[in-house]
Amino acid sequence: MRTLEELQEVRERAKAEKKVCSYRVHVCGGTGCTSSGSPRIIEKLKEEIKANGLEDDVEIVKTGCFGLCALGPIMIVHPENAFYSMVKEEDIPEIVREHLKNGNVVKRLLYEETTKADHILPLEETNFYKKQHRVALRNCGEISPEHIEEYIGRDGYMALGKVLTEMTPQQVIELVTASGLRGRGGAGFPTGMKWKFAAANEADQKYVCCNADEGDPGAFMDRSVLEGDPHVVLEAMTIAGYAIGASQGYIYVRAEYPIAVQRLEIAIRQSREMGLLGKDIFGSGFDFDIELRLGAGAFVCGEETALMTSIEGNRGEPRPRPPFPALKGLYERPTILNNVETYANIPQIILNGAEWFAGMGTEKSKGTKVFALGGKIHNTGLVEVPMGTTLREIVEEIGGGVPNGKKFKAAQTGGPSGGCIPAEHLDVPIDYDNLIAIGSMMGSGGLIVMDEDTCMVDIAKFFLEFTVDESCGKCTPCRIGTRRMLEILEKITKGQATMDDLDKLEELCNHLKSNSLCALGQTAPNPVISTLRYFRDEYIAHIVDKKCPAGVCKDLLQYKIDADKCKGCTLCSRVCPAGAIVGSVKEPHMINPEKCLKCGACMEKCRFGAIYKE
Amino acid sequence: MAEKKQTVPFQGTEEQEAALKKVIADLQDDRGKLMPILQKAQDIYGYLPMEVQKMISDETGIPLEKIYGVATFYSQFSLNPKGRYRISVCLGTACYVKGSGDIYNALMEKLGIVGGECTPDGKFSLDACRCVGACGLAPVMMINDEVYGRLTVDDLDDILAKYE
Repeated sequence: MRTLEELQEVRERAKAEKKVCSYRVHVCGGTGCTSSGSPRIIEKLKEEIKANGLEDDVEIVKTGCFGLCALGPIMIVHPENAFYSMVKEEDIPEIVREHLKNGNVVKRLLYEETTKADHILPLEETNFYKKQHRVALRNCGEISPEHIEEYIGRDGYMALGKVLTEMTPQQVIELVTASGLRGRGGAGFPTGMKWKFAAANEADQKYVCCNADEGDPGAFMDRSVLEGDPHVVLEAMTIAGYAIGASQGYIYVRAEYPIAVQRLEIAIRQSREMGLLGKDIFGSGFDFDIELRLGAGAFVCGEETALMTSIEGNRGEPRPRPPFPALKGLYERPTILNNVETYANIPQIILNGAEWFAGMGTEKSKGTKVFALGGKIHNTGLVEVPMGTTLREIVEEIGGGVPNGKKFKAAQTGGPSGGCIPAEHLDVPIDYDNLIAIGSMMGSGGLIVMDEDTCMVDIAKFFLEFTVDESCGKCTPCRIGTRRMLEILEKITKGQATMDDLDKLEELCNHLKSNSLCALGQTAPNPVISTLRYFRDEYIAHIVDKKCPAGVCKDLLQYKIDADKCKGCTLCSRVCPAGAIVGSVKEPHMINPEKCLKCGACMEKCRFGAIYKE
Repeated sequence: MAEKKQTVPFQGTEEQEAALKKVIADLQDDRGKLMPILQKAQDIYGYLPMEVQKMISDETGIPLEKIYGVATFYSQFSLNPKGRYRISVCLGTACYVKGSGDIYNALMEKLGIVGGECTPDGKFSLDACRCVGACGLAPVMMINDEVYGRLTVDDLDDILAKYE
């Protein structure tokens, strides 16, 4: 491919081909739906379509993530936009026969919310989707990520064509700066400014890196983009290369994401074949190529200097900044590093203009943000909303609220570097600065909902265990400080701590924040600081009253039997693995606290609700 | 986290040792050779026991403590052999708040090993992992490539029995 006209031809052809089949069946091939069985659904579909002689009428497309992972495996039939959720293999013959052959949508198997009105509700009008605005995820679920033509059919590589044929590097940087785009990986640094610094530094070689080492537990938006729309990352990196004057790109991707790695490999190969990567792209004289580098499982390698050290083939330890990577990065050359979601916004900004992008969001945070909703919430999955959407809208309207009639307690954002946001701040519009102001941070966008059964001290301990595990050990504050903090938290959850320990804990938090080498250590205290800020009474309950209000910390619990409710059925004493429950038939039973292992087996089995913990 | 220890005696063969020596010889002049050597050694032996690390040290002259340092830095490298059935329990935040910690503890108790170890018969190995991305199915564990979601402790016996 040498010219923009050729690209346009491919695009028109791809659009025309879409209309040939009467039905297009989109089946999610992301990690969530694959885990719940979508590969078997695709096989069965193929079988049934063949058996019914519909091969020429129906096109099956294995797409990326639709977002509603809780309802997987997901299947959408176009043109009706009929949304089949939690599809089972045994449902397929009926769907093929009734819908694809006879043209009758199988209402019984549709996502419940879409069938409530007289007509079938379009997906965009369901609670989960109607407040969403998909920019970074615009192609996820819409195209087959393994076919470059489908990406081109949705205006793919048009932005690159425009940049290389109509714009100077300077203009590209100005456009990105004017859009107000900030890094989606955590810290929210203005992307245009980062590019400007790297462009200004002269060197024989410069590099463009993509951080796809998505290490925050519970965050999977970057993976979904890579799985559902890998070309958008390649296109954006090439644009970045042109802007800063680099000819080589690296994508550092987690080895734990096999589907993403495979689709990236396919995408890079296809781009090279079409001449969209390589020498003299669009006849502009600009060369650019991209290589994949696999991580080996180290959280700290998400930190920019550690990531570059790891690409060079060393222990992935961070190094002090300055010099910043824009001056001395990979192999000591000027380097920019952006994360996957940041790149996914770039082509749209080029095509639609800076004003369009800056028209979304809040004053200092423009555009949209993808969140991975998880934990105690109905609609777990991936959502993309304009910046400034409130947490309440995300949790209650899009997420469908907390299940089992439980009460919302807190939302955790920013992973091990972030904090917990309590119910009193549910109405704060979410953007970079507001989250910092309430003691959390955007991070990469994991959003874990916690209900009244979650102990906040235990959660703080959970995150400290994570940072102790993942601390690289290079600097002392992080290596030793996180461990000392964890020890104090363990004492608290065991009921062995004093109020002095709490003071020590807070002192350590401050030390780590100000003295650690990289962001991992500097932000490691955040889960503790934020839970202390909003849930201090829970810490005090553990320390002074020796009680865990949420009933999580085993050492502080006692299982007891309510003598009035106990019927003496003996079921509990039979399931008790420790022989800790005694009592005669039809007489109230008793639990011997000396022997009790606090496993909870008795409480689960009791039919009369006679066993409680306190 | 409990301390990791080597539970299965080393049973390397001469063929494996010859293969390792060839790898080392091929990479001898490579400046950043340690990582590729470790990756290939793990391909050959399935894991990186101290015996193998010592062999690498003897052959390359790289101090054993440095090799141990790199081998333990990246979680991809394992100092213990994996079982025929590799169990990994997700301890990502979404799974954790839905009780995957209980699942993990119950498995340690049932199998009689701690995380990172392998049962003495070589059947099961147990690891914790951070997020397999199936947060919608939390809590989740994987046995080899099979994902088990929406787990409760009560499900475990039936699942393990499938691998008898």
